[in-house]
Amino acid sequence: MSTSARDGLPRPVGAPSETVRPAPLGARERAPCETMPHPTVRARGVPPVWGISMLIFALLSLLVGLAIGPIGIGPGAILSSAGSHLPLLHLPGRLGAVQEAILWQVRAPRVVLAALVGGMLAIAGSAYQGVFHNPLADPYLLGVAAGAGLGATLAIAYAGVGDAGELLPLAAFAGAIAAVAATYVLARSAADVRSTALLILAGVAVAAFLTAAQTFVQQQHTQMLSAIYSWLLGGFDSASWQEVVLIAPYVALSSAVILAHRRVLDVLSLGDEQAGALGLDVRRVRLAIVAAATAGTAAAVAVSGLIGFVGIIVPHTIRLLVSSSYRAIVPLCLLAGAGFLVMADVIARCVLSPAEVPIGVVTAVFGAPFFAVVLRRARRSGW
Amino acid sequence: MARHRARRWFLRWCALALVAVTLGACSGSAHKSPQNNSDAAAFPVKLAAANGTVTIPRKPKRIVSLSATATEDLYAIGAGRQVVAVDSYSTYPPQAPHTQISELSPNVEAIVSYRPDLVVIAEDNDHIVAQLEKLGIPVLFEPAPGSLAGAYALIRALGQATGHSAGAAPVIGEMRRRIAAIVHAVPRPQTPLRVYHEVESSYYSVTSRTFIGQIYTMLGLRNIADRAHAAGAYPQLSAEYIIASDPNLIVLADAACCKQSAATVAARPGWRNIAAVKDGAIVPIEEAIASHWGPRTVIFVEKVAQAVKKLEDRTG
Repeated sequence: MSTSARDGLPRPVGAPSETVRPAPLGARERAPCETMPHPTVRARGVPPVWGISMLIFALLSLLVGLAIGPIGIGPGAILSSAGSHLPLLHLPGRLGAVQEAILWQVRAPRVVLAALVGGMLAIAGSAYQGVFHNPLADPYLLGVAAGAGLGATLAIAYAGVGDAGELLPLAAFAGAIAAVAATYVLARSAADVRSTALLILAGVAVAAFLTAAQTFVQQQHTQMLSAIYSWLLGGFDSASWQEVVLIAPYVALSSAVILAHRRVLDVLSLGDEQAGALGLDVRRVRLAIVAAATAGTAAAVAVSGLIGFVGIIVPHTIRLLVSSSYRAIVPLCLLAGAGFLVMADVIARCVLSPAEVPIGVVTAVFGAPFFAVVLRRARRSGW
Repeated sequence: MARHRARRWFLRWCALALVAVTLGACSGSAHKSPQNNSDAAAFPVKLAAANGTVTIPRKPKRIVSLSATATEDLYAIGAGRQVVAVDSYSTYPPQAPHTQISELSPNVEAIVSYRPDLVVIAEDNDHIVAQLEKLGIPVLFEPAPGSLAGAYALIRALGQATGHSAGAAPVIGEMRRRIAAIVHAVPRPQTPLRVYHEVESSYYSVTSRTFIGQIYTMLGLRNIADRAHAAGAYPQLSAEYIIASDPNLIVLADAACCKQSAATVAARPGWRNIAAVKDGAIVPIEEAIASHWGPRTVIFVEKVAQAVKKLEDRTG
């Protein structure tokens, strides 16, 4: 993961570079068709202890994200500046114009955006895992990443869009939605086969095709390589309130739909046939959940690029630590995902400060060992 | 520490370069280079390159250049007529025979189809050097120069390799003379001006260790990216660090790729507080000029120096 990130680092055009490899952080394709062990599902909601501690974790990480950065701004100064922005208090702020701008126009939107994207990717990941009974499912399973990558590449290559361009997130979003729609149509065309495995395989085919198209377009526009790579690598380096406003409705709507289906996800985890026997219209709810998860993920990817690992590691960690019931997993994922990605972004901007580290490297380097520890613990307690 | 050492090294180097230029100018006319007439007779030529000693049996008539810098150099020294194909990155000069051959993934068959008797390469992607050598084609593997001295050496080597030593010498002399004059004339305020060089719109920059960074050092500018040297020669800077560093001058090498301009820079969140944005000291520069280390490097030096002068004139 870390080596591929280093190889893929955007370089200035014409400057020395080794062979550039097209694949971004390896989050695009997942192995198909593995079924999760059937846990005994007990209808239980979020244990209050976990609910409260995850809420505290998410809020704390937001504060840490606001307080820590390459430019030191003391907590007291941040508080007084926050006070000066409160509508009725009008306390005198202690920050200069530059620090004010850094705090509220650069750092704050970055933290909020990371929280939205992290929460979205984690909750979408949990939804995909539930719908497909597949522990390897992540939000990019049905071609979201490949579609968004192609959309962004086309926008950069043919419209020459920079970060200021309005077209780039739109193109990435459209590409992601179109890719998943294509996957669905492809799977549906295979008539009566109802298995989710078929959908996953269709996703693999669509992702492979779109990735190939993306690589081709990219190689035809080598002078745009650095801009394309920079997007593919993902991150919040140029976050703005505009982007927050852009994706907030999608994240809210998508999360609401998935949250509303958390009981349904528990029923689905019994297997399609049993769920059907219990009176659930499996195809319809599956379409609703996948559509919601896809729209949210596409919006997240449109502003942040491809960030791997969050959508797979956060749901599993919750599953192993707290409960295998989606009534607990889904809401906790929203909080834990937000906190995790905000903290990962703090590390990304601080570890080599004032330089940035690609956030995908951070999510993998810190996420994987943590996940390993959780796995070992869970194995011992007999999951 | 490292920065100070680098700066001292550069000052020393600049002084040396000046001495060399002056000496060269004095002695240049004294002995008209004997190579002048013997350029064609000088073959076979043996040259030291990154792929060892390269022997070029006779004056090449069909050159393929997979190096944008070398392409510019070849045309500047008068070897343009011998060039039959250049890669897709070689955007200058416009009359160069552009092909779809990619520098990133060069295709040996596509290169061989031009029946080259010399191939100039800057990057050994896909073991292309060994592949061509196996076919008995002379390959000059010359990685992108890391300094002005390296750029001059490359022009000199290309002159020898193509039978245009006499054409290379004045190109180098002219570059040296003009850059020395610009460096000499540029205003140097008491506190050095801070510069931010943008390679890509997500704030990738260059440190003083790069070719382009060295030019900023020569012009007496302080490069804000140097504090991020731990992340390599091309670090991605944090937006908040750039704002807090308050650069006096912003150079945009991403004006074409990413449509960045003074207006888009000013519209970035928090950037209006930066001195360069307030003073309008934002210099868009063509990517090719800011990344090919050939004769047009002089244009880059000139543009940056002009911006510095304009800033100094305004502040008095």
